[in-house]
Order: sequence, then C-alpha cells, then structure tokens
Amino acid sequence: MTGFEQYFIELADTHPKWNFVYFYQEVERSRIITGIYYTIGLSILTVFFSVVVGLVGAWMQGSKSKLARLTVQGFIQFFRNTPPFVQLLFFYFALGQFTPTHSPDGWLEVPIISNFGWAVISLSLFAGSYNVEIFRSGIEAVPVSTREAAESLGYNRFQSFTKIILPLCFRICLPSLNNNLINLVKTTTQAFGIAVPELLYQCISVYNDYSTSMNAVMLLMFIVFFLIVGLIAWSSSALERKLKIPGYGV
Amino acid sequence: MNTWTEKEPILSIKDVHKSFGELEVLKGVTFDVMKGEVICIIGPSGSGKSTLIRCVNALNEIQSGSIKVEGVEVNDPKLDKLALRRKVGMVFQQYNLFPHKTAIENIMMAPIQVLKQDPKEVEERAHTLIKKVRLQGKENSFPGELSGGQQQRIAIARSLAMEPNIMLFDEITAALDPETVKEVLVTIKDLAQDGMTCCLVTHEMGFAKEIADHIYFTDRGIIVEHGPPKTFFTDAKDPRTKEFLSQIL
Repeated sequence: MTGFEQYFIELADTHPKWNFVYFYQEVERSRIITGIYYTIGLSILTVFFSVVVGLVGAWMQGSKSKLARLTVQGFIQFFRNTPPFVQLLFFYFALGQFTPTHSPDGWLEVPIISNFGWAVISLSLFAGSYNVEIFRSGIEAVPVSTREAAESLGYNRFQSFTKIILPLCFRICLPSLNNNLINLVKTTTQAFGIAVPELLYQCISVYNDYSTSMNAVMLLMFIVFFLIVGLIAWSSSALERKLKIPGYGV
Repeated sequence: MNTWTEKEPILSIKDVHKSFGELEVLKGVTFDVMKGEVICIIGPSGSGKSTLIRCVNALNEIQSGSIKVEGVEVNDPKLDKLALRRKVGMVFQQYNLFPHKTAIENIMMAPIQVLKQDPKEVEERAHTLIKKVRLQGKENSFPGELSGGQQQRIAIARSLAMEPNIMLFDEITAALDPETVKEVLVTIKDLAQDGMTCCLVTHEMGFAKEIADHIYFTDRGIIVEHGPPKTFFTDAKDPRTKEFLSQIL
C-alpha cells in the first residue's frame, strides 16, 4: 500500500463524508477509469459525427431540390424541439426493438447496435441538428459575390462549398460551434439513462457501493468535466488564432 | 459540332431579354464582338449594363434571345458551364478575392483545383501574371493586406490564369479611389494591346475613349446608340446619349 492510498484511507476514517474510495479500492478505481474512458470515447465520437451531420445538412440546405431542403428542415425541427434525453430513450427502447440481433457467443442474442451505439447515434443527431443551423449561419455570412467569383472561375457547387465557402464559414462560426460541442460533451452524461457505462453511471455505482463516497464522486465528476471542456475550449481558441487571416475581419 | 471560326464574332448577342421578376432589365439587346476587339458599355445606373455581361458568363439566366460564345449557345439548360467559364474570364467591382488565400494562391487555385493542371506549371504562370500586373513582392500577401487597386489587379491575374479568350470587366474601377484607378487601367490597356478580347462596363469615359474599338450606350435595357469612340463622343445623335454625355464629360 502506497502512502497516497494510506492517506485517503486515513482521511475516510477521520472524515467519513470524504471517502475517496476510488483512490484505494481496486474495483472502484477501475469503475472510474472505465467511466472516464467511455465519457471521452462518447465525446470524441459524438463531436465528430455531429459535425459531419452538420456539414451534410448545411450542404443539403443549399440544394436545389425542395425535398432535400424539407428533409433537413424536418430533421432540425424534430431534434431541436424535443429533449435529448427523451430522444435517447426513444432510440434505444423504441427503435432498438426493430434492429436485427446477432449472437457472438452462440448463446445470447444481442442487438447489433449496443446501448453505446445508440447513444452515439442519438446524441450525434441531436447536436448535429444544431450544427446544421450553426453552419448555415456561417455560410450565409460569406458574401454572395465571393461565391459568384468562384462560380465564374469554373468551380461547381461542391468545389466552391469545400474549397471556398467552408474555410470562410468555419472561421465565422467557430465560436458558436464550440459552444454547441461543449454542450454536447456535457450532454453525454444522459447516456446514463440507457446504461452506457460512462462517468456518471460509474460514479453512481461507486456511490451505491459506498454511500460515504458521495462528496468524493461528485467532486471527481466536476473536475473531470471541467478539464475535458477546458481542453476543448482551449484548443478551439488556439485553432481560432491559427486560422486568423491577416487583414481580414473575422 | 461547333463550326465556329475566328472570322465569326467571338461573342454574339441577339435580342436578349432578361427580367428579375416583374422588372424587365434587358429589353432586346443585340451586338457582336469580334476576336481581339475591345468594347465598352456605358450608360446610367440601372440601365442593365452589368446584368448584360453577367448573362454572358451565365451568372444570370436570360429569358429569351441568344448569347453565343465562340459559337456555343449560353442560353441552354445543357450548357457545359465549366467549358464556358474557361473561355470567359470575369472581374468584379468588389474584386471578390478569396480572403483566406494569399495573392499567389488566389491566382493558382482555380487552374489547379478546377482544371487539374500541374501545380508547378501553374505556379510559374502565376509568377508571370503577377509580373504582368506589376505586383512582384506581393505574392504572399493576403487580400486584406493589399490596397483596392492591388486587389483588383490580383483579381485580373486570377481570371487570366484560366487562360480565357474573352475578359469581362464589371465596373472594376468603381470602388477604387482616383489614384489607384490608373494602375488598374494600365493593366487592362496592356491586355488589350496583347490582343485580348475585352468587354468593359465602365464609367471612365476618358479611358473608354482611349481604349475602346466600339462603344455601346445603354439606357433602360436597350442599346440606344453605338459607334467607334471618335464619332460616338463628338457626334452623338440620340437625345438620351447627348444628355448622358453632357452630364459626364
């Protein structure tokens, strides 16, 4: 037993409300590590896919096809006007019934999309719906004349979208995109509702094992999320500085 | 099959009508431009000058009539826009450079990304063009770091990099201060002397007089009067032309 562990064992003895059980109990420690691992994994995947959803949606919104535009509009309205937690439950419990199953061990039938998979899908679509609107605002801030210049140089819609409009749009909407992605990372705790073993889920498990650890797990949750979100905010502002164009307003 | 030869007009506009909703901007415009010719379109604001040359580049659609560039009909839903835009370069009033790219990147982008040409060869050409518009040393400046006149010259070089056969200039000096107007006009003059076919919409009467082979005066969507600069400026017949010229000269 190391001095570090010894210290927290004694602390729990002298101050029973501050039982940092995950610092000296192997089982609880591994719960927290798994939780952090899942929270980070969920965050990275949902951030990535929500940006993809946002880009595809923003591209479709500029489409000539009315059907494509209406589809995006309906998608945005559905995901923006309903609570993400309800969406999560709906995806897992309602849609989850209809997905095919497979049997990896030959005994148990499990759905091909796990609860983790549903959390990624549902949260990506939820944040993606906001991202579509964020990207749209950025695209609309790029002057029409810039688009016409690209067009007159022979760029087709896809080329001018990827080579000219997006690089400019991205610089404009980075701050609001950043806000939404930070919100998304915090919303990943709701995956707790469908038993994804992320940090909140694990912290509650630890608390269920040791009711004296409540303060300690809450403190841990705050610190971990504070650091993850801090990292995102820091890298976003670093990116903003890096993308700054000399002599250009944005 | 395109049977166009250099003896025929490189740009042929016939009875072009164009409306924005209820508002009819062009009410039957007809004229031809031969290869190597420099024409200037002048006229009061709102007379449809800019719209006309935007239609040539298919930035605006026309309702009826015909616009042919090297014998190819522009007013055609099946038009190969890339092929048209390779032939027709356009420079705008507000320069419209891509602000996130340096001057030389602005020039190189389209040939590399759209025409898929060899980057090395394009870079060489870009350096030649920068020299041609007299902006050596500004290769790595961003548009925001250049003056209006410098930006406009980069915009001209950017269009030239596509090696077009016709250049359209849409009031390209209108947003510039009088001192920088000159440096842009010198660039166009060089171009005209090299034999480039140019269509200019302009308010620079002195320049039009000096450079144009033919001048067209438009008002309220029609060509009121046209002629070579010598007779046009001294011997205008139509009262509207006379009034316009008296206000300007």
